[in-house]
Amino acid sequence: MESKKEAAEEKEQEVKEEFAEEKRDDYGSEGNEVVDFTLKKVDKITFGMLSPQIIRKMAAAKIVTPELYDKEGYPVDGGLMDIRLGVIDPGLRCKTCGGKLKECPGHFGYIDLARPVIHISFVSLVYTLLKSTCSECGRVLIPDEMVTKYMDELERVEKEQGIEARREHIHNIIASIKTISKCPHCGAKQKKITLEKPTTFIENDKRITPVDIRARLEKIPDKDCELFGINPSVARPEWAILTVLPIPPVTMRPSITLESGERSEDDLTHKLGDIVRINQRLFENLNAGAPEIIIEDLWDLLQYHITTFFDNKVAQLPPARHRSGQPLKTLAERISSKEGRIRHNLAGKRTNFSSRTVISPDLFIKINEVGVPMDVVMKLTVPVKVTEWNMNYLRKYIENGPKIYPGANYIVRPDGKKKKITDETKEQILEELEPGYVVERHVLDGDIALFNRQPSLHKMSMMSHHVRVLPYKTFRLNPAVCAPYNADFDGDEMNLHIPQTEEARAEAETLLQVQTQLISPRYGLSIIGCVQDAISGNYILTKELNLPRKEAISLLISAGITEVSGLPKKEVVSGREIFSTVLPKDFNFRGRDREGNEVVIEKGKLKSGVMDKNNLGEGSGLMLRNIHKIYGAEATINILGKIFMLGTLTLTRYGFSTGLADTDLPKDAREEIDRRMKEAEDEVKKMIKTYREGKLEAFPGRTVRESLELMILEKLNEARNLSGEIVLKHASLKSDTMKMVNSGARGTTLNLAQMAACVGQQAMRGKRIETGFTDRTLSYFKRDDLSPDSRGFIRHGFKEGLNPFEFFFMATTGRDSLMDTALRTPKSGYLYRRLANALQDLKVEYDYTVRDPSGKIIQFSYGEDRVDVSKSEGGRINVKTIIRDVIEGKS
Amino acid sequence: MVTKMSDVFKEYERKIPPKLIEEVKEALPPKTSRERVKKILEHVYQEWLSSWAEPGESVGLIAAESIGEPGTQMTLNTFHFAGVAEMNVTVGLPRIIEILDGRQKIKTPMMEIYLKKGYHQKEKVREVARQIKETKAGEIIKEFEINIAEMNLVIRIDEDEMKKLGLKPAELVKILKKGVRGIDLKTEKDRIIGKPSEKDAGINSLYKAKEKIRNAHIAGVKGITQVLPVKKGDEFVVVTAGTNLAEILKLEFVDTYRTKTNDIKETYAVLGIEAARQAIMDEVFKVIEDQGLNVDIRHIMLVADTMCFSGTVKGITRYGVVGEKASVLARASFETPIKHLVNASLIGEEDPLKSVVENVMINQPVPLGTGLPQLSVTLARTPKKTVKKKKTKGKAKK
Repeated sequence: MESKKEAAEEKEQEVKEEFAEEKRDDYGSEGNEVVDFTLKKVDKITFGMLSPQIIRKMAAAKIVTPELYDKEGYPVDGGLMDIRLGVIDPGLRCKTCGGKLKECPGHFGYIDLARPVIHISFVSLVYTLLKSTCSECGRVLIPDEMVTKYMDELERVEKEQGIEARREHIHNIIASIKTISKCPHCGAKQKKITLEKPTTFIENDKRITPVDIRARLEKIPDKDCELFGINPSVARPEWAILTVLPIPPVTMRPSITLESGERSEDDLTHKLGDIVRINQRLFENLNAGAPEIIIEDLWDLLQYHITTFFDNKVAQLPPARHRSGQPLKTLAERISSKEGRIRHNLAGKRTNFSSRTVISPDLFIKINEVGVPMDVVMKLTVPVKVTEWNMNYLRKYIENGPKIYPGANYIVRPDGKKKKITDETKEQILEELEPGYVVERHVLDGDIALFNRQPSLHKMSMMSHHVRVLPYKTFRLNPAVCAPYNADFDGDEMNLHIPQTEEARAEAETLLQVQTQLISPRYGLSIIGCVQDAISGNYILTKELNLPRKEAISLLISAGITEVSGLPKKEVVSGREIFSTVLPKDFNFRGRDREGNEVVIEKGKLKSGVMDKNNLGEGSGLMLRNIHKIYGAEATINILGKIFMLGTLTLTRYGFSTGLADTDLPKDAREEIDRRMKEAEDEVKKMIKTYREGKLEAFPGRTVRESLELMILEKLNEARNLSGEIVLKHASLKSDTMKMVNSGARGTTLNLAQMAACVGQQAMRGKRIETGFTDRTLSYFKRDDLSPDSRGFIRHGFKEGLNPFEFFFMATTGRDSLMDTALRTPKSGYLYRRLANALQDLKVEYDYTVRDPSGKIIQFSYGEDRVDVSKSEGGRINVKTIIRDVIEGKS
Repeated sequence: MVTKMSDVFKEYERKIPPKLIEEVKEALPPKTSRERVKKILEHVYQEWLSSWAEPGESVGLIAAESIGEPGTQMTLNTFHFAGVAEMNVTVGLPRIIEILDGRQKIKTPMMEIYLKKGYHQKEKVREVARQIKETKAGEIIKEFEINIAEMNLVIRIDEDEMKKLGLKPAELVKILKKGVRGIDLKTEKDRIIGKPSEKDAGINSLYKAKEKIRNAHIAGVKGITQVLPVKKGDEFVVVTAGTNLAEILKLEFVDTYRTKTNDIKETYAVLGIEAARQAIMDEVFKVIEDQGLNVDIRHIMLVADTMCFSGTVKGITRYGVVGEKASVLARASFETPIKHLVNASLIGEEDPLKSVVENVMINQPVPLGTGLPQLSVTLARTPKKTVKKKKTKGKAKK
């Protein structure tokens, strides 16, 4: 017998055993030599049920009393907190293994149940077994030849389709057996058995006690068990009826001491107390020969307690509660759900050597650096093994101690003892320091650190940066890496981890650094690029700026570009020439900018076109991708960093501002817009009129009303777009708002039109707004008013201001979209979790097939052409460039 | 050296994927010399070789990330109107979820019916569309009347609709008789009179018969509730709401090669697993593209392949792909852990610890990427004695 928790427990047990065995192999069979490094791994885990024998054998104590502590507060022998089951109090020693708190893993105990009880998790198994085996002889209700036939089938199914298909097949077989009413082996007639949930079995209106059930299950021969998908060597059916109950170690149900000195016991201990108490009473009543009815009541109560001990969420039972009324959290609830053992503690781990704080931008650190505040840097440590060669400077760190930077916080002796460095211990530590010791020193400039922002949706959400120690209290990062982290600076926090082993550091440095993550495996383009000011800055620089040479050099130097010999030697240099100094001398590129002009870079000189989002932005344009391909990752982030700084500094030097005046329109433009609006509205009125007269023709597959709606929507959108065009025609291209729009840094022409002229139709679920009162949206309008105004068309612009009902409609759609976001996040999160769970084990094998861990082939070659997206250019091999290069004789 | 151009290509055909060869052929300027072509092909080959995904690459998780991450940016609950008169289609996140769930019934089934040559005049397309659309008896019946005194059902027919269909009352009765039982139907002028076939049947049976008649299939293809001819390029395509691939493909004017449905299970049932895989890829890609997002087709391909490689379409759910993993712990870590642990204990299931989660659980390196290489190192401890073999885990650099 056994429980799911015990399945987990046993798992651990077996892991331990296997560990022990393997160790024995290492130390034992090879003779007397002891190898001081043995890296062994757990090879497999076998699951099974616990038999009564095993439960007794693995138990360290028999529990006989529900009392926990004696008067002195010392655990009672034979009680639930018996110190043979492990210790949870500091100072005490475990009676079984002699370990102290944290050393002793805890040991199982057991109680003998006065009467057997059914294990709730196996009720359905017991039910099928009872129904499909003979109540007299215990055989399956089908003849022997059928048994062998089915067994062969099962074997075949498992081979071909795996273990789950086998389970399915067993299910089908059992379904057909259940209805047989005569035993083919002994001829006994089978009575009808029903299950009264959760745990009562009834045969012909008479209850079968767990004692009888157990007797019947015992009769089922091993051979027949297999037909039910039970492996009798690990799970005999009668073990599903508990006669002995294992008591989990105290270490897994520690009590907590409240401030008042009172002890508060764990939920499990409470439940176990109930079980032991009732069990005790049942024993006494049995011995005293109490009447059957009392015995049965107590038996049922014991069944209830044991059932809720395993699972407190059984459908037909009221959950066991605390005195306060909140339900107890028992074994099943401990394991399952997001906060359960598996997902919370086993599949998710916690780490030390980590830090979290608010982030803020810093243009002047490199893209692959992270600014770490002094407070953090003096708390987190890097372990360094002492050798003859680094002894001297490590000594200095120790001398500095934990309070002076750069110092050290701990040392670890070769025997593994950790010692804190304080003013008192300093002298002694310095004296005893020798090669082999480990010094946990402060984090220094240049150390590698992992940087992460949740939600970690893709692998670029966790990258490694080099530490740059900075003052103040926030983590600093280059704004260029905001895109992969999806970070902004409105109060976002991020996490920082310091890798602690050489392997981890090597991996972080070779595989996780920002430059290695430049090309997104999602679409094969650079995910890091210029953003915001950097784009508009470079746009202005390459489009219209001409600077005196001196000023240009000053700009370049301030952007950290010291190599300015590429700048032509003339009085006034163009912005393009300034920009070109950043590019590699032999870089050639052809592309297009947002206006459709060709961007030509020849021998590192920008000949034509402007630098805008198409070429600099993240996820678009091949310029960065090309630089990456030719000059490598390192060079790319250097160049990108320079471009970024150049753009931003251009703005800080030459000024950039957006204002209300940018949306000003000349009078005739205003009038034209008004006229167009009026026209559109008149037309809509006409449409409504034809509709009312019943003369409107419907679109195919639509009702007349739907058609009208569609026509109005189209008309109004057209009007809005038209006014947008007028705005664009009249808006000054010189305004900084337009520069932002044109460079792609921020904003769209639509935004501008909405500010200057007309916000447009507010749509909910693809329709005009129609909810609200009976036949109207607001009481301000007449009933059945289909006019644009009453259905959420906002004809004013933001600058002009919305009138009250327009404002209301805007708020309506605003709320709607807010809700949409709130509902979408968990939905997409669940989809993601499912995808990740289904696909996480797939990998490319050495033969370039994609397989799952059991070796089944998912794809014969990855993506049909084996190409890794992050090594491609937007998902493809760029044949055209190769042809051009060959023909132009460049390679 | 007299080598033909085709020989040059032939040499590389075995090496380079056909699609790349195609691309080269297309992009090649005319009159390129053979040597140059050879050089180009060699370069393409090298380039292709160097962009292979490396062994151990965790392509599965990358695919999951690539689809899951943009999921947060997709719209919910938006129906889509491309053009004025198109019909409602599920788009965005709900559609992706629907596809990956491997649902039996989808929310908005649709078909795109391509037509053979010779059917591309406006008139003919209209005619075709009319033929496809399902007509239910309710649409051509003006009125039902239950006469309690005589215990019969009087049906008045809409003669205009009948004419459109070219149907006579007698024929209608014939059709209805096939589909509806428990009532005797007779024509009487412009009416049809139905009497219950059992004598003492109550008003209830009349009512039931009425509903049955209303839903009886009269003409067209079952399941096609709406038709809409759409001009695509210079040909017409009939877009329908509701799908019935098997029946549509039987019609003689249908181009069976291009006609498709957006129902993956139906595609699987009618055209088989390869078609289903392609359908999943197409549909998912369409949605993502629609939302203006950029996800490489390879990721979608991998998801489609995981759903289809067993030979049937399986959803990414606890009943589908995830529920069929070999590892107990991997299954338990997803959903319903208790169930998986209990079942595993019954058969003494072994977890071979070959996939990711289990190894995370027991704090061991994960068998992906840098955790994959296993290095055998021979360590000579004491030179005199026999040399021992030790297995250690090695870190391999990419």
